[in-house]
Amino acid sequence: MHKYPLAKGTVVIRGGAVLTPTGLIDADVVVVDGVIAAVEPNAAVPEGATVLDAQGCITGPGFVDLHTHLREPGKEQAETIASGARAAALGGYTAVVAMPNTSPCLDSAFVVRAVLDLGAQTTTEVAVAGAITVGRAGEQLAPIAELAALGVQLFTDDGTGVQHGGVARRALDYCTGLGVTYAEHCEDLAIASGGVVHEGAWSAKLGLPGQPASAEEAMVARDLLLAGELGARIHLLHLSTVGSVELVRAAKAKGIAVTAEAAPHHFTLTDAEIASYDARFKVNPPLRPDEHVAAIIEGLCDGTIDAIATDHAPHTPETKDLPFDEAPPGMLGLETAFSLAYERLVEGAGMPMEHLFDLLSTNPARIAELDAAGDRPYGHTAHGARVAPGIPANLVVVDPSARWTVAGTALASLATNTPYEGRSMHGSVRHTILRGEPVVISGEAQR
Amino acid sequence: MIGPHLLSIADLGHDGIVQVLNVAESFAEVEKRTMKKVPALKGKVIATMFFEESTRTRLSFETAAKRLSADVLSLSVATSSVKKGESLKDTLKTIEALGIDAVIIRHRSSGAPLQAARFLDDIHVVNAGDGWHEHPSQGLLDAFTVRQAWAAAAGVDPASTGSSLFRGKKIVIVGDIAHSRVARSEVLAYTALGAEVTLVAPATLLPPSVEGWGVAVAHRLDPLLEEADLVSVLRLQAERGSGECVPSLREFTETFGMTEARAERLKEGALITHPGPMVRGVEIASAVADDPRCLVTTQVHNGVAVRMAALYLLLTGGNAALDHSEANRDA
Repeated sequence: MHKYPLAKGTVVIRGGAVLTPTGLIDADVVVVDGVIAAVEPNAAVPEGATVLDAQGCITGPGFVDLHTHLREPGKEQAETIASGARAAALGGYTAVVAMPNTSPCLDSAFVVRAVLDLGAQTTTEVAVAGAITVGRAGEQLAPIAELAALGVQLFTDDGTGVQHGGVARRALDYCTGLGVTYAEHCEDLAIASGGVVHEGAWSAKLGLPGQPASAEEAMVARDLLLAGELGARIHLLHLSTVGSVELVRAAKAKGIAVTAEAAPHHFTLTDAEIASYDARFKVNPPLRPDEHVAAIIEGLCDGTIDAIATDHAPHTPETKDLPFDEAPPGMLGLETAFSLAYERLVEGAGMPMEHLFDLLSTNPARIAELDAAGDRPYGHTAHGARVAPGIPANLVVVDPSARWTVAGTALASLATNTPYEGRSMHGSVRHTILRGEPVVISGEAQR
Repeated sequence: MIGPHLLSIADLGHDGIVQVLNVAESFAEVEKRTMKKVPALKGKVIATMFFEESTRTRLSFETAAKRLSADVLSLSVATSSVKKGESLKDTLKTIEALGIDAVIIRHRSSGAPLQAARFLDDIHVVNAGDGWHEHPSQGLLDAFTVRQAWAAAAGVDPASTGSSLFRGKKIVIVGDIAHSRVARSEVLAYTALGAEVTLVAPATLLPPSVEGWGVAVAHRLDPLLEEADLVSVLRLQAERGSGECVPSLREFTETFGMTEARAERLKEGALITHPGPMVRGVEIASAVADDPRCLVTTQVHNGVAVRMAALYLLLTGGNAALDHSEANRDA
């Protein structure tokens, strides 16, 4: 078992504002040996300290991604744990949760341990979401207790939902007893009926098989009923429809222990993008029309949706050049998430910066239980807490005034399948500090 | 005005459609001669790439290309490196490297010809049917066929009528609309030419939305029969799963089939088209298929002239000499 090392030495983040427990204040942040030592204006710079310029920037808790496909093992040509971690660091993430739909999938202690071991060498902390069922086949429960003993906190068959309601109920019940969280990719495959895009005006015009919003919503509704009945905690992945947001809002009002996430592409892109038949716009759940995009933004703003999660899904160019219906779903997300969220939610919808940090850091850290240090076997440090002396220095420094242009080949991911190619972005990640180590300085990965 | 690609009827618009139909009329004249070839595309190389089986469309396109004196390369997917795992992109790049001028693509995936047009630099791409999306040459030949029939009935030269014979005509498209590329191309063609189009099918065989299509939708065929000027009958795309969308073929025939009883109720001069292949006894009764009002064999025949027109306009912009006597000299 690892104890993740804190970086030796002193780092001073100089200038700008800092997100503290009492809100944004103008201050410097001093990190000594991996732990925040001081948050104060005009801090003294000890000799030998690394100084990071943060003029005009905001320093806050490093982001936590609940939904990252790192592709290793099995599809290392699209992404490795190391390349994905580099992309995560560049995107401001100090922790990511690796999804289990690798090959072999993350349904055994052996494979999970291998991913955690590789993740421990990288520039972000890699946690794992274990499979709920053996082979993600939706039939027999995976060794959930054995994986939980390794510190796995989230369990999901992501890539697909658990289709059989009886299996889902049993798994939810089993997770509850272990104190781990069942997370669902909500998609009823029978209703989805092989649809590769949202069923609506665009699918009709383009002659592409569509999946209706109800394919997602039916499983959201089922799972909320099951969670309510069992008193279980449940996390719903990448919600994308009006109905899903309404169901979760109502469930929260009734006191059901549900958390939910949404992906940046579901609040920045619509299904009109598929008119080009460019498979870089193919994703699951699919891009949807304006009213769904508006509902996701509303859900993020009013607290119905707890977290922004990237669903970072690298795919090689040859697979994204396949005909639309044959190409795999998914898009890169780690390095564009902050800019998209900042532009659409803060600039576009008036969301306070504090709330954006809740969605990108504090809430996902809580959902993945990456918020409390020490008692996890793999020794993940604490993430998501607002900046204060005494906590591990997992920090991000963002520059809201920066402008940059997306180029897939310039991203750290091995794959290049961003749907935002050529798009001008508002706001960027300037520095990322992992356990006191500046892993990204001025937008450059340091290792 | 036309081109560089023919991926959708929407690429043509009203004027482009009429231009293709008119040029097709002059090629139809050529077909009546003993020497059916013209030299319009002499020296051009046209490839057909059919990633999905087809007999009539492929033969029709290849015949059209040969009658224009183009050299024709025929890539058969069953025997090509596609079977060995070569991607659509690489297959196209290979064809491009051979120095072809145009490629005619059929693919089971909607949008594949549009992707092909993106992958290729200076090659004209013709969509010969993609998934459920479009089959533009079929839409054009259907419009050509009914215009010719209406012109003959009126005793006028079809090429002189533009789109006037379509204006106000009531066209009913019945059957498996949801999974039909012919339906989408016909809708675009007929609405552009000014006809009033109604789509008729059980709800499960209609597209999920017809927003922006400019058509009416109905769930019962019978009330529309007396008024219809043209009924376009579509096949159930059983290979695309549409069999599950109706309880049984018998019930589909009972409710939406062009039975003899329904054909009886059509008004004087009404026409029936079918893009083929027909499934007699399901969407169309055998006796109706053989009725002179049903233009199915005329459609197949006209396909060559219409495809000649489309290829000629795409590859020459309509500027090459169309001197038929030259064809005779060439012989």
